[in-house]
Amino acid sequence: MNPGKNEKIDQKFSAILEAAERRRKAFTETPVPKIHIGMATCGIASGALETKKAFEEILAERNVEAIIHPVGCIGHCYAEPVVIIDHPDSGFPPIFYPEVTAGKAQMLVKLFLGEGDPRFEHILGATMENDLIPSLMEFPRFNQEKRVVMEKCGHINPEDIYDYIAEGGYSTLAKVLQLSPDEIINEVEHSGLRGRGGAGFPTGRKWKLARNTVAQEKIVICNADEGDPGAYMDRTILESNPHQVIEGMAICAYAVGAHKAVVYVRSEYPLAVNIVTKAIGQAEELGLLGKGILGSGFDLEIDVFQGSGAFVCGEETALIRSIEGYRGMPRHRPPYPVQKGLWNTPTIINNVKTLASVPPILDNGAAWYRDIGTENSPGTAIFSIVGNVVHAGLVEIPMGVSLRSLIFDICGGIPNKKKFKAVQIGGPSGGCLNEDFLDTPIDFDSLTEAGAMMGSGGMVVMDEDTCMVEVARYFLDFTQKESCGKCTFCRIGTYHLLKILQRLTKGEGLDGDLELLETLSRDIKAGSLCGLGKTAPNPVLTSLKYFREEYEAHVKEKRCPALMCRALTAFYFDLDLCARGCDACATCCPVDAVFTTSNRKKGVDQELCVKCGECLVACPPEYDAVRKVSPPNLVPFIEKIPDKKEEGR
Amino acid sequence: MLLDLTAEDKHALENIASKLTTLKKQRRNLIPILQMIQKELDYLPRESLKMVAEHLEIPESEVYGVATFYNQFRFHPPGKHRIKVCLGTACHVRAGDIILENFERKLEISEGETTPDREFSIERAACVGCCALAPVAIIGETVHAHMAPSKVEGLILRIAIEKEMAEREKQKNESGQE
Ligand SMILES: Cc1cc2nc3c(=O)[nH]c(=O)nc-3n(C[C@H](O)[C@H](O)[C@H](O)COP(=O)(O)O)c2cc1C
Ligand code: FES
Repeated sequence: MNPGKNEKIDQKFSAILEAAERRRKAFTETPVPKIHIGMATCGIASGALETKKAFEEILAERNVEAIIHPVGCIGHCYAEPVVIIDHPDSGFPPIFYPEVTAGKAQMLVKLFLGEGDPRFEHILGATMENDLIPSLMEFPRFNQEKRVVMEKCGHINPEDIYDYIAEGGYSTLAKVLQLSPDEIINEVEHSGLRGRGGAGFPTGRKWKLARNTVAQEKIVICNADEGDPGAYMDRTILESNPHQVIEGMAICAYAVGAHKAVVYVRSEYPLAVNIVTKAIGQAEELGLLGKGILGSGFDLEIDVFQGSGAFVCGEETALIRSIEGYRGMPRHRPPYPVQKGLWNTPTIINNVKTLASVPPILDNGAAWYRDIGTENSPGTAIFSIVGNVVHAGLVEIPMGVSLRSLIFDICGGIPNKKKFKAVQIGGPSGGCLNEDFLDTPIDFDSLTEAGAMMGSGGMVVMDEDTCMVEVARYFLDFTQKESCGKCTFCRIGTYHLLKILQRLTKGEGLDGDLELLETLSRDIKAGSLCGLGKTAPNPVLTSLKYFREEYEAHVKEKRCPALMCRALTAFYFDLDLCARGCDACATCCPVDAVFTTSNRKKGVDQELCVKCGECLVACPPEYDAVRKVSPPNLVPFIEKIPDKKEEGR
Repeated sequence: MLLDLTAEDKHALENIASKLTTLKKQRRNLIPILQMIQKELDYLPRESLKMVAEHLEIPESEVYGVATFYNQFRFHPPGKHRIKVCLGTACHVRAGDIILENFERKLEISEGETTPDREFSIERAACVGCCALAPVAIIGETVHAHMAPSKVEGLILRIAIEKEMAEREKQKNESGQE
């Protein structure tokens, strides 16, 4: 190695680091309160922009000095908009406030910043240990997480590169540019890092293959297509800490010998596109990207390509086709992209989380990473946990944690005193697992064995009111639409799977349908080229395996046990409970299906009813007269008196 | 249903034509070009596909084939008020489809269509990232959380009232100026 080069890198980087630390110092030492507001998509969707505006207005109005620090998503999406107020003069530690609406923002400025009263009833916890307020670390949602990829998410301003550098960012790049590519690849290989894009391919091995391919040019692609309709962690990472991904890409490019890289991010994620584009620009300005990075002589140019929203384009060969300007259809592998990829150039594709794991691994060493997680799946897993669960949001846990502790301890269990029924893992490629799997450790191999899949990392928790047949139908509806059409079994097979499932949810199931689902599923798996078709039947096969009685009830009794399939359920009012003259249900019905009986109680016109369930919500709890039944013929007959107007005609 | 191009659209198309001449005739530019057109017009009129085909010197059917492959591209102009109903997994489990159906019924159009007066259009969206608030609908830029069928009518009514008020205000101002 060339010693002069290493000194140059150190020198250049320490100048940048110094600038970052100076800015950080100026920020922390400014003697005014700091208000950190979570401003990723989830925060904005919950009203963070209004919250920020309210803070700005009331601060100006009352002439209170404070710095507003926009940060990314901290992962606690159930609590958005999230605000952390650091007000050292009050004697309190930094405090985490959930659900800060505009009104709450005004109140906090008035009472906490103005009068030093932190309003205990609105606090979730303090961000550090102290004697006054319970610390967040006392909650399982916080203390059982282990953050590697998302460590800095929600703490730094994603639009300010110096914020990342002050937290140790880009120091790994500066360090590894002084190593040889082989040293880096060995370290990644030893860490046991497996690709977080779904399949879990060993990253070190992939990099080695790419490194050993002899070519003039190589390309690195960061896969941020994230097509699962229920997962959003890749977007959140790009929106909350884009530089960690960029740093990972730069390290990867250096290790495999690439000088071009592309971030492939869906255009439906406009905020992520903006933030990443901006971040790349900032990194170029500081010489952390571009020509001769940190004076090392290594060049890297990163572009952003906006994916146009096709699930199959998450598949690597389809992704490449779409960058080339064609319909995103997968092709046969081999040749693998590392041999022949984008424009026939060797191309290495890694997921956002895989790349974002690289800087911490090389910073702390392979052994440190191996200590987290399990033997065969080291490291952490990130899930977006949604559905019927108290604390929905993004969770990063060490691999090997059981589903039970993830759902019940970390995420607070099932709301409304309902019973746990199933958890769907891995989105459209994954499967539905029942109670028996709650003690299954979460890692690549155990999930695959159970018939589910790590997949996208989307996790949907379902309570007893969710119908598994309907959930399977939902996913098939998705994959059927998203099939690119290349393989017959995938294109037509998924269509027929969907038709059968639709039939079941409508109560038109035929004898033998369940067996047909099974054989067809197996054929689709065998007859499809890419992962989309190979995994599309998973939701059907797993739910059929673990919830067979439910399918049978749909076929044999035309009954939906969970009361979810609309064609198989009906509403009526229990006349013993229905209050005379009360109109709550009638006024909320969107289709005027509620009529008044001869003694001024209510009935449902089954012909008109669309089964939206509004009356069930509207009926005052003291009456609780609305009943939902399946099959629909259980509804008692209630006579409708003919309309007066019609009678007069 | 094919809607006619408005004068504005025609003007925008001319703009695009001049922008195209600055872009390289490379196949890899096809999707970025389509994205650029959609950004300007909010949809891809037929005329624009033809322009792109001519510019890149590929058959129009090729352009159409690529455009229809991707969910991002739309071929109907969206309404002034774009209604997006989230049908992501979490919203689906919490009955997002019923919300969609209510919008469709109230506006008498289907998902993917625009009302003839171009006021409203309905689209489905994949997870918008606030699953904890499911089901959600987005109108314009505003996310409406915890949607219920009974809220649908109120939202549409509110937009109609706002429009009426704005028009009355405009009339008042105009008559005041005279
Ligand atoms: C239908 C389908 C969809 C996929 N979607 C994604 C995706 O959204 N994001 C992703 O990173 N990988 C996705 N993959 C996996 C990629 O093909 C590829 O394996 C991955 O990006 C490699 O990165 P990794 O080694 O870091 O996991 C998908 C695969 C298939 C078959
Ligand atoms: S599924 Fe609707 S916001 Fe996530």
